[in-house]
Amino acid sequence: MSRLRVDRLTAHGVLGACLEVEQGACSAIHGPSGSGKTLLLRAIADLDEADGEVWLDEAPRSTFSGPGWRRQVMYLAAESHWWEQTVGPHAVNWRTDDLDALGFDRDVLGWDIERLSSGERQRLALARALAHEPSALLLDEPTANLDAANTGRVERVIADWREAGGGCVLWVSHDPAQRIRVAGRQYHLFNGSLSPDDAD
Amino acid sequence: MQTDTLIALSPLDLGLAASLVLALAALSWQLRLGIGRRMLVAALRSTLQLLLLGLVLKGLFNSASPWLVAALATVMLGVAGYEVMARQRYRLRGAWGYGAGTLSMFLSSFSITLLALLTVLQPVPWYAPQYAIPLLGMLLGNTMNGIAVALDSLTRQTLEKRHQIEARLALGYTATEAIEHIRRDALRAGLIPIVNSMTTAGIVSLPGMMTGQILAGSPPMEAAKYQLLILFLIAAGTGLGSVAAVMIASQRLFDVRSRLRRERLSPHLHAPGHG
Repeated sequence: MSRLRVDRLTAHGVLGACLEVEQGACSAIHGPSGSGKTLLLRAIADLDEADGEVWLDEAPRSTFSGPGWRRQVMYLAAESHWWEQTVGPHAVNWRTDDLDALGFDRDVLGWDIERLSSGERQRLALARALAHEPSALLLDEPTANLDAANTGRVERVIADWREAGGGCVLWVSHDPAQRIRVAGRQYHLFNGSLSPDDAD
Repeated sequence: MQTDTLIALSPLDLGLAASLVLALAALSWQLRLGIGRRMLVAALRSTLQLLLLGLVLKGLFNSASPWLVAALATVMLGVAGYEVMARQRYRLRGAWGYGAGTLSMFLSSFSITLLALLTVLQPVPWYAPQYAIPLLGMLLGNTMNGIAVALDSLTRQTLEKRHQIEARLALGYTATEAIEHIRRDALRAGLIPIVNSMTTAGIVSLPGMMTGQILAGSPPMEAAKYQLLILFLIAAGTGLGSVAAVMIASQRLFDVRSRLRRERLSPHLHAPGHG
């Protein structure tokens, strides 16, 4: 049950961004390459220094510690990174339901990270993030390397997660059809400036 | 000191040993190993530095002034700190580039030298330069190597694995948790030399200090005990120093919000290492 509100966030590549995602809702962000989509998500997750404030429900980010905030408002990078040899050691508290829904067998935990395709890594990164039970997800092109079937799986897992816990999602996507499928409100980012689509 | 068994070395004796280095340099030139010049420069440097040290110590032993001992110790620390910084491929920007290594060497080498002087050796006065300076030199030299290797490993791996660190931060790991595996590797790298030399001491290698003492006429058992003392002190000093350096430097790699601040590392073009 969480609501995310970004208030005049300014960082490297981001100019006074304002946006709001209601609890259980999903907003989409689109914009040309290099317009600052990744920088915006990183600034919201407090991975880069930024001015302005971000609110989770009624609590401003400044009342959280850095790690405490990122555990709640979780950023999923476009390219996932792993630090152990196999999937298993990363899989602390992973939910088998998520693995099933993302199209993996139980033996995925024994797989070698090096031998995963980028699409497999991307789907596993979602399982890894959901295991931390965040309140909000910041998704950076989460289906960029996926075929239609796996894109559908990821969209379904995220929709189910929103419905079950009331978490909110900010979803960066290049695909207009996907944005319409998954998101309510849409934002457009151009040269670091964010504006709602309906205001155009 | 049994001066009667001490075989004094004549310039000719040293010249003989030096000619071996010259021969090696000639061989290097012949085989185009490209190390001859550096070898000669290093041999020349060590000759000048050690003779100078001999002179300085001779004067120091006669005066035994605590201020002179402190001054020499400060110079030694300053040079060691510079050496640690110069050996890093990537170093912290600003004062911490010099400070992280120097502060941790100060903390470890000086405190352990003090401890050894006050509780184990107990010379009178406790700062007697015959004991204080060689002991500090031995500790500084070894902690310097350990700290340089540990810091170089820490900063290099932080840059190489920055995406892993940020992936962990994004999952809500604290700075300490996010850099834990890199810290561990850095400490291990710094401590391997001293662990290796303790492991093989007396079997494969006769440690330099013990060799020198035996050649200078000390009874082997006494030499062995002194060597043990030194090995333990060095192990403790290198360990403490490396831990301190890695803690200080890894602290500086993150800010108050536990963000990775890789812009605080700058490449240093003249350091040895991978290109």
